[in-house]
Amino acid sequence: MLYRPPPTSLLQRLYSPRGWAGFAAALAVVVLIVPLLNLVVPVDSSFHMSDYAVVLTGKILCYAILALAMDLVWGYTGVLSLGHGIFFALGGYAFGMYLMREIGHDGSYHADLPDFMVFLDWKAFPWFWAFTGNIAYAIALAVVAPSVLAFVFGFFAFRSRIKGVYFSIITQALTVAFMLLFFRNETGFGGNNGFTDFKRIMGVPIATAEMRIVLFVLTGLTLLGFLLIGRFIVTSKFGRVLMAIRDAESRIMFSGYNPLSYKLAIWTYSAAMCGLAGALYVPQVGIINPSEMSPANSIEIAIWTAVGGRGTLLGPIVGAALVNGAKSWFTQAFPEYWLYCLGALFVLATLFLPQGVVGLFQRLRSRS
Amino acid sequence: MAKWRWVAGLMLLAASSGAFALDEETAFKLSSGDNDDRIQVLNSVVQQQDVKALPFLQSLVDDQVKVSADHAFVMKGDDAFDPVSGDKVTLPPDADDAVNSNRLRLELASAIGELKLLSPDRATRLEAAKALQDADLDPALLGLIQTAEAKEDDRDIKQILSRVRANIQLASPDKATRLAAVESLGSSANPNVRELLATRLAAGGETDPEIRAALTKAIASIDSSMALYQFAGRLFTGISLGSILLLAAMGLAITYGLMGVINMAHGELMMVGAYATFVVQNVFRSHFPGAFDWYPIAAIPVAFLVTGLVGAVIERSVIQFLYGRSLETLLATWGISLILMQLVRTIFGAQNVEVENPSWMSGGIEIAPNLSLPHNRILIILFSIAVVGLVAWILSRTRLGLFVRAVTQNRKMASCVGVPTARIDTLAFALGSGIAGLAGVALSQIGNVGPDLGQHYIVDSFMVVVLGGVGQLAGTVLASLGLGILGKTLESMIGPVLAEIAVLVFIVIFIQRRPQGLFALKGRSAES
Repeated sequence: MLYRPPPTSLLQRLYSPRGWAGFAAALAVVVLIVPLLNLVVPVDSSFHMSDYAVVLTGKILCYAILALAMDLVWGYTGVLSLGHGIFFALGGYAFGMYLMREIGHDGSYHADLPDFMVFLDWKAFPWFWAFTGNIAYAIALAVVAPSVLAFVFGFFAFRSRIKGVYFSIITQALTVAFMLLFFRNETGFGGNNGFTDFKRIMGVPIATAEMRIVLFVLTGLTLLGFLLIGRFIVTSKFGRVLMAIRDAESRIMFSGYNPLSYKLAIWTYSAAMCGLAGALYVPQVGIINPSEMSPANSIEIAIWTAVGGRGTLLGPIVGAALVNGAKSWFTQAFPEYWLYCLGALFVLATLFLPQGVVGLFQRLRSRS
Repeated sequence: MAKWRWVAGLMLLAASSGAFALDEETAFKLSSGDNDDRIQVLNSVVQQQDVKALPFLQSLVDDQVKVSADHAFVMKGDDAFDPVSGDKVTLPPDADDAVNSNRLRLELASAIGELKLLSPDRATRLEAAKALQDADLDPALLGLIQTAEAKEDDRDIKQILSRVRANIQLASPDKATRLAAVESLGSSANPNVRELLATRLAAGGETDPEIRAALTKAIASIDSSMALYQFAGRLFTGISLGSILLLAAMGLAITYGLMGVINMAHGELMMVGAYATFVVQNVFRSHFPGAFDWYPIAAIPVAFLVTGLVGAVIERSVIQFLYGRSLETLLATWGISLILMQLVRTIFGAQNVEVENPSWMSGGIEIAPNLSLPHNRILIILFSIAVVGLVAWILSRTRLGLFVRAVTQNRKMASCVGVPTARIDTLAFALGSGIAGLAGVALSQIGNVGPDLGQHYIVDSFMVVVLGGVGQLAGTVLASLGLGILGKTLESMIGPVLAEIAVLVFIVIFIQRRPQGLFALKGRSAES
């Protein structure tokens, strides 16, 4: 059973024809249907998609990227990170720096520097703000900064074979440390309040329907792109080694593989995904502050993945949509019950849904 | 020399109690007449160090004195008493209230303060001495202070008095006196004294080069003893933080260290313990107000049982299905922690609740002006030692401990020889949770009690267990004290945030250096 005939082409390797059809449908929804429903369909029509719904969906797509990133390291490699929120927030802060600079002189103090720096009586931008006025640099920074952090941290952690829960707890400690660091005013990222009151991107006002749709489409395309790359990774030999590491790390070492480079590669890639998700998230929600780095946020990513289904690529996307959809409904309808619900989700998903919702469907289908 | 001083003190004592006792005439002169005359009489009373005049002076300040044409009377309600004998007397019809001007009131108050230095009651003397220490210095008081100092046999008060005396002497015109004063001040560790010496050294102060050198030396000596006390204080807060970490980590050492269960709700179990303390406190306040001071004692078993029960329920309902799947356990217990937090919010509200220290826990031991050890911190250190002792005893000397160790080492074998492994799991988890409850009792006495109390400790306490070596109580003790002291020392150097980061980096590096030593797991969690 281990031998499979090699797929004839890359396209066949990634998805079956039905899979590709589904992918094309998702692409159409993102690129055509949502923009049409929001921009073209009149507001009073029942088919109109409100601005709020567009922003909420865009947000959830960003979360889905996060969940996908989590799935690659947890679902496929067996490394549970409780620190993905840092990478996400770092990406957000990196792009936030660009957005802050785009405010220009329109802040409350009408100064050269962002308001919070004026407030701290700073005279110039700190060194790490250099070049952030350039959007390309800011986007690159949003990807590179989390990757570098992940690489350095991962190198030391994986090299000393920190595994399983130890790794999880140490990533959580890292998260706490970063959150505290970013809460400080002196760190240079706006302290408590973080960045907000963004005005425009590349000179275009941010609070317009067109900009919202552009950001939404970009987020959707990014997610679909990452989905394809993810599919490419998990169907490759590299992906199989990852799964072997997850299932029997000692055995793969005896077979002559060094798990360090595999783990480090997927871990760093995962962090880069989170950084880009953060960069897309911040202009859509209009704020980034250190509470994004709270340990609770990072661990929630794990539950999206678990609810949707670990070890499947579609699962985390479904999970992120389900949990966050439920969250935004609950926090409006019954705010005091949301935490009970979330807590119960953690317990029930681990007890009764080891393969998540997607796995449940697959099981039901194979039974019938 | 000592003997001579003792004789002199005795003579002074005899003098102050015998010859200069308050008489009727003085009492009358004190309470009526011209302001200047009255102040003169008052000064002479102080000069004569007449302690017996104190109650009368106090009555004067409190407006409880009436005067007739030739007599003063102390009033207690409507009854009049003789100021000297204290006998009840009839008040003549012409008696009127003794009136004190503001100036006289000030003089009276300072006279009372000075005379209190000679009071037979230690607390009164200490209070008077401390008041003098903070007040502006009056050279006229020198004689009185010297008398009091010679008479004083309490170490603390004597020290304060000698410092006050030296302060006055620092301004003396006589060089030898000044030099002696500087030298005696050098032994202090009081920042106020240092400041005083520094002002003498500044421009417009001391001019004599010999005394200036002595001043510099004295300041250096104060600096070094202050640094010493500061170091001791830092060590103490480090140990105190360590003892709190130890309490938090002790329960984890059982549930995680021995059983291999990652319990992210451990902090919330501590919170439940703290809220149990809050409830016990309220019960005592409403039903046994007389025994209120003893409520923490009653809270200890209550918190232990309540959190132990909660732990047992968690183990039976969730964790028993997840043994061997530690990442899943981590997520499920995180969910439980969310539920517990929200439950507490629903029942007690989202705000912090107030847990009051009993009187015997507030206050502290003042070792030096910049080093005082709060009672509650000391008690928590002792409490954590007791808890460690208890846990060690349970694990090494009881049947439960024996079974827990047996199940940890070889579950199948233990089961084969008849150990009820499932029940041992529940009991061990309940024990670990109960100890978290005990930590909650301690935390309620030193910090805020709110729904997110546990969140602050969970990462740190896992660090302690991981660093200390899993399944080893001694390692846990060392790691918590080490992290506590390291954290506080770094905090004083680079601030709390950077200190936390530095500690984290330290742990990661430490794990790098000794991965096997620290993670040499035995038993169930060896494979995870």
